[in-house]
Formats: sequence, structure tokens, C-alpha cells
Amino acid sequence: MLRYALKRLLSLAISLAVASVVIFVAIEVVPGDPASYMLGINARPDTVAALREELGLNMSPPERYIAWVGGLLQGDFGTSYTYRTPVAEMISERLWVSLPLALFALALSTLIAFPAGIIAATRRGSKWDLGIMGVTQLGIAVPNFWFAMLMVLVFAINLRWFSAGGFPGWEAGLLPGLKALLLPAVSLALPQASILARVMRSALLDTLDEDFIRTARAKGLTRRQVLRRHALRNALIPVLTIIGLQFSFLLAGAIIIENVFFLPGLGRLVFQSISARDLIVVESVVMLLVFAVVVVNFAVDLAYAAVDPRLRRRR
Amino acid sequence: MRRSWRKMVSAAAALVLAAGAAQAQRTDITVGMQLEPPHLDPTSAAAGAIDQVTYANIFEGLTRFASDGSIVPGLAESWEISDDGLVYTFRLREGVKFHDGTTMDAEDVKFSLDRARGEESQNAQKALFSAISEVNVIDPLTVEIRLSQPNGNLLFNLAWGDAVIVAPESIDDIKTNPVGTGPFRFSNWVQGDRIEIVKNPDYWGTPARLDKATFKFISDPTAAFAAVMAEDVDVFTGFPAPENLAQFEADPRFQVLVGSTEGETILSTNNKMPPLDDVRVRKAIAHAIDRQAIIDGAMFGYGTPIGTHFAPHNPAYVDLTGLSQYDPELSKKLLAEAGYPDGFTTTLKLPPPSYARRGGEIIAAQLAAVGIKVEITNLEWAQWLEEVFRGKDYGLTIVSHTEPFDIGIYARPDYYFQYDNPAFQGLMEELNATTDPTKRAAILGAAQAMIAKDYVNGYLFQLAALTVANAKVAGLWANAPTQATDLTAVYWKE
Repeated sequence: MLRYALKRLLSLAISLAVASVVIFVAIEVVPGDPASYMLGINARPDTVAALREELGLNMSPPERYIAWVGGLLQGDFGTSYTYRTPVAEMISERLWVSLPLALFALALSTLIAFPAGIIAATRRGSKWDLGIMGVTQLGIAVPNFWFAMLMVLVFAINLRWFSAGGFPGWEAGLLPGLKALLLPAVSLALPQASILARVMRSALLDTLDEDFIRTARAKGLTRRQVLRRHALRNALIPVLTIIGLQFSFLLAGAIIIENVFFLPGLGRLVFQSISARDLIVVESVVMLLVFAVVVVNFAVDLAYAAVDPRLRRRR
Repeated sequence: MRRSWRKMVSAAAALVLAAGAAQAQRTDITVGMQLEPPHLDPTSAAAGAIDQVTYANIFEGLTRFASDGSIVPGLAESWEISDDGLVYTFRLREGVKFHDGTTMDAEDVKFSLDRARGEESQNAQKALFSAISEVNVIDPLTVEIRLSQPNGNLLFNLAWGDAVIVAPESIDDIKTNPVGTGPFRFSNWVQGDRIEIVKNPDYWGTPARLDKATFKFISDPTAAFAAVMAEDVDVFTGFPAPENLAQFEADPRFQVLVGSTEGETILSTNNKMPPLDDVRVRKAIAHAIDRQAIIDGAMFGYGTPIGTHFAPHNPAYVDLTGLSQYDPELSKKLLAEAGYPDGFTTTLKLPPPSYARRGGEIIAAQLAAVGIKVEITNLEWAQWLEEVFRGKDYGLTIVSHTEPFDIGIYARPDYYFQYDNPAFQGLMEELNATTDPTKRAAILGAAQAMIAKDYVNGYLFQLAALTVANAKVAGLWANAPTQATDLTAVYWKE
């Protein structure tokens, strides 16, 4: 198990190093100068030059790459060009919105998907199965931002139960915070739940066809016991993979939903920073997201090993 | 007996009602706007969003804009101008304090102006101060500004958000903790979400009627619509979705304010790129454009047609739209004269705002009708600045020039239109040296006519200031003589 973990850890480090180069190059080649953007169209060339000097934009790209990665390794994310505040502070502030939102959405998605997938698989071909498959098909087909706007129309504009968006901050209390995140979380969760329910169903169906299930049944276990002790556990591997992917997606991919609900999350920070060419923020946030994805994958790999003892022994 | 009992009850009821009404008098407001300021120092960035939050609320200058665009005294109570127009002596108001309790005096004025025009200045409008040769402190309440040449615009220039008075004590943190002299104090900023300001109880002038104001940043037009509809925001300035305004107008809960801005929206033309370097070709483009169709199609009817680069609400404005009437036949004739009977192909590079993207599609169709084919490219602002503005790699583009009174840009041959006309440059020098308002108006009239007859750019329309507000909010500015949301006089009715 330790050897397995170490191997995974090494590939994690390599992924991060490669990612840092790719991110830096990709963002550097995008045309646009942060200093000109800040100063607008009436600025004099000497003013732009003064600002470029202060921001450290006159260094060569390799120098800037080394400064950036060197800082990252010491936990220093640098200072935003436009906001002039430490990037680490900005990210941690945004994480207080994005992380709970992603977890909330993931929890909702799992809570919906597990029962739905299990019901559909154990009652294959029944009205329940058809109904669940139909609804999940719809859930995948409907874009989440459209569904989000629909919910705003119904619950914020017509019924006035919720705000149309915004986030009061956790200092306003747990309930107001959760309330503000409910509509965004639901709109993020529904497509994910649909995907997850379908994966759950097919994984469970595959397992239920296996010989060992028949054997277990032949030994006299009830359907319910077989499901709980043997089938579910084995069906969990593909489901865990999807959950891992979904978590990274929810953390990074909520840009559009954050815009619809004007939430101060990570996605919106990236969006604003890209248009302002606040390169250091974009680089650091993207790097952080890569880090999160890689770490989640690492955790999922370890979880596989926990679920499936064969993986621990494999070389 | 019975009667007086009834009287008492109704009196009590009236009291309760009155108390209720008094309680209902709101003293806080939430203002929605599309863009978030990058920081809060109006003297070191071009972002209009900074002025939108700070101008007249947190920071003040020696002079300031009134809502009709006129220049009125700000921190300077009065001023005298020497006969040669080279020395301005400003008398400052007494008892003005910064929000940190320090006194605002002549030293602060000198510090602010020297900082803005100095060598390491990061002021986005440094040109505003270029005529100043020195700033002298006469006594704590008197400042003298000496000019190297007469500048008829000085009082106007000093009213800009880029010329506000700041203090050396608080300058280091100004970007995140702005300390000014205005009727509101900065209170809190949740980046990405909102900025809160609170009433300054020690304000030198008429105090604000609100106790607290929150600026909320909602970039998506659909989300902006939803936020107003759900009454999450009480006011939305610069409302980004003109297509929804009719709905707000029909709803008694809301009021829609349509005012004027300083934004001349123009079809900027690269005057050095063939065939656009031929005045006949530019004239042909001007006559091929149907302004009203663009205003109706791109702005849903909001906007005033213009025929030159000047704001229609300015007293010196001359209506020159007649020089570029919609006349496709004339346009084709001019193209044939210039040697392009079958038209030509050029580029049209569009920045993100909807006036450009929607307007661009309409202009492309109108130009196609006379044989001019345009290749549309959509650009982000940063790309636009690099490719079009600095690189001058474009044929046509659409931009709203929102700086007030910016006709002077036509005197800069290296500016992105690349219009190089010594006669016009001479006019601008003459204007700078003239302080008499009548003479200035005459020069400005001649300047407007010159660029209109040279068809430097296609002049489309003056951008409208669109504000949606709760019907009970009063005291808002309808016009936007500078990008500002002056909340000093704002209050809730009843």
C-alpha cells in the first residue's frame, strides 16, 4: 500500500511541474498588456512604462516563470496586478464560497443519484427505471445555466422566496449562507446527479450479472443482503471515479453559475482576471485548480485501493 | 364620552401609523453596477468603475461636475485667474477634514497635484495636468497654480476623478482603504461581491441623507435584470440590457432614468490604411450608415444621433448630422469616384460592449448594401487595446469614447485613428490659449465642423445613461457628465 501511494505521489509531482509550464506558456502568449488595460486609452506612454516597471512586467518570461514558481513553492502566490492585494488572500476569500458550493452541490448530487441509481438498477425495465432514466436524460440535456435562470424566475422574481443571487458572507450566519447557495447548488447538482445516477445504475447492473452474486443468492442471502454486502461495494469503483471528476469540475467549472447568481467565487475571479489580463492571478488560480484535481485524483486512487484490495498488490 | 373614546383610539392609531412610517423611512441603499473597480484609487487607473463608486462620495477635487455637466466649486470655495491666464489662485474651504481626522489644507492640494503630474505618476489622465508648471502653497487655505501656457480647460480638468485631493498620510493604502473628504466614508469591500460606504458625520458641506450605501457588482445582463426584479438592488446604474427597460417602465415598482453621457459612440476609422485614407471613401461610409437603425437595433432606441465628436448637451455643440445623412446612392457614387465601383473589403474589429457587437452587425449589413464587405472579428478589451489601439492593425472598429470633452484626441497624429491635420492641431492650440467662453465656443464649433467634413470617423450616437431604480428612490443623477454615482442627495420618499 505504501509503495502504491509513493508511486502515485511521484506522478502527482510530475503532473504539477508539467502543468505549471503549460499554464505559464499558455497565459503568456495571450495578447494584451495588463498595464495598458489598467490605464485605458488616454494614458501616456511614460505612465504605462512606469506601471509596467512597478508590476515587474519588464522582466523576461523565464525570469518571471522562475519568480512565480519559486514563490509558489514557498506558499507565496504573488500580488495581483489589478487589485494590488496578495493573490493568496483573494483565493482563500473566494474559496469560502466556491468550496462550500462545490461540496453542497456534490452532497445534493450524491443524495439524489445513489437512491435513484439503485432503484433503477434493482427494478430494471420497470416504470421506475424508465421514469428515472427519462428524467436523468433530461437532466443531462438541459444546460445548468438555463435551469438556473428558470429557478431565479420562479423562486426569486415570482415567489420572492430567495434572492436572485449574491452571497451575504458566512459572518451573516450559517443559514443565510446556505440559503444563498441553495439555488446555485441545485442547478449545479442536477446535471451531475443525472450523470451519477446513470453510472450507478449501469455499474450496479454489471455487478448484479456477475457469478458471485448468483452464488451469494444461492447461499440463501436475500436480494437486499446481496445488494448491500456484495453488489454495491463492487459497483462503487466507477462511481468514485465520477465523483472525483465531478468534484474538480464543480470547483472550477461553476463560472457560468457564479455569473448567473453573481457569487464571488473562484470561477468569477478567473473570469475577471482573464479580461483584465491579471496574469498572475489567472496563473495561480489555474495552478491551484490543477493541484486540486491532481490531489482529488490521488485521493480517489487511494480510495480505490481501500475498496479493492487487488489494487494494493498490483505492481 | 363614547365619542372621545373613539377619538383616542383613532389618535393612538394615527400615532402607531406615524411611528410605523417613520420606521419605514429607509436610510440604506444598494446600488448595482456591472463592473467591479480593480481598486479604489481614482488617481491611478482608467477604470470608470472606480469613479462610479468614489467620485463625489468618497473623494472630492478642487472643482467638481454638477449633474448637468457644469463645473462648480468643490474643495476650492473660489478662485482668481490672472489677466494673462497663467496664474490660478484657489481659496480653499475652511474646516475640511479627511476621513482619518486630519485636516485638508493647501499642502495636501500641492501633494495631490504634484503626485499626479510627477515623473513616476501612474495617473491615467496625466495629460490633464500637462500645462501646470508649479503648485505653490501661499498659506494653509490658499494655493497657487502656475501654468507654462494658458489653459482654458484647467477648471474643467481639475473636476475629473483623476484630479481629486488625497492626503500623504493615507496614500500608501489608498487602493484598498481610500481616505477622502467626501460625504461618505469607505467601510468594507468584499472583493468580487460588494463595497460598502457609510455616512461621514463630519462632512463640511450638506450631509448625506443616507446612512449607508452598498455597491454590488453584477456583470451578467440577465442576472442584472433578475436582481432588479427581485429587488435585491434598489438602483442599477449603467443598466446593461436596454431590451428590458420597457418592462421596468411598465412596472409601477420601478422608475427608469434616461440621461446623457459623455460617450461619443463612433465607427473609428484607420485614416492611414488604404482605401480608408481617401476622404471620399470615408464620406461614402458615412453616407452608407443609417444611424437611427443602429440606435434602434443595438440600443433599443436609447441614444442621440451625433454628426461629430462632441456631446449634444454641451452648449458649444453644433448639429452636423446633416453632413452624413443616410444616402446609399450618394455613397455608391462616391465609391465609384474614388475608384471602387465594386466596393472593397476591410476589417471591423469589435470590443465586448453590446453597442459594438450589436451595432457592428448592423453596420456590416449597411456597408454591404453599398458594396463594402467587412470581416468582423470580436475582441476582448485587452486584445483590442493591443491590436487596434496600440498596434493600429484595423480598418474599422466601434468604440464609445467616454472621457468628457475629448475632441483634443484628434490633434494627436499618433492616436489610433491616425488623423494628422495641422489645421486642426492649430485650432486646439488656439483653444487652449483662450479663456473667453464665447471665443472658445467659436473655436470648438470650427473644430467640430473640421473633423465632420474630413469624415475622420463615422459618427454614430451619444451613449445614453440608463438607470433603473426603485420608484421610491429620489435624488439620483439621470445624466452622467462623468462616470459617477453621486449619492449625496439621494433619499427614500415618504
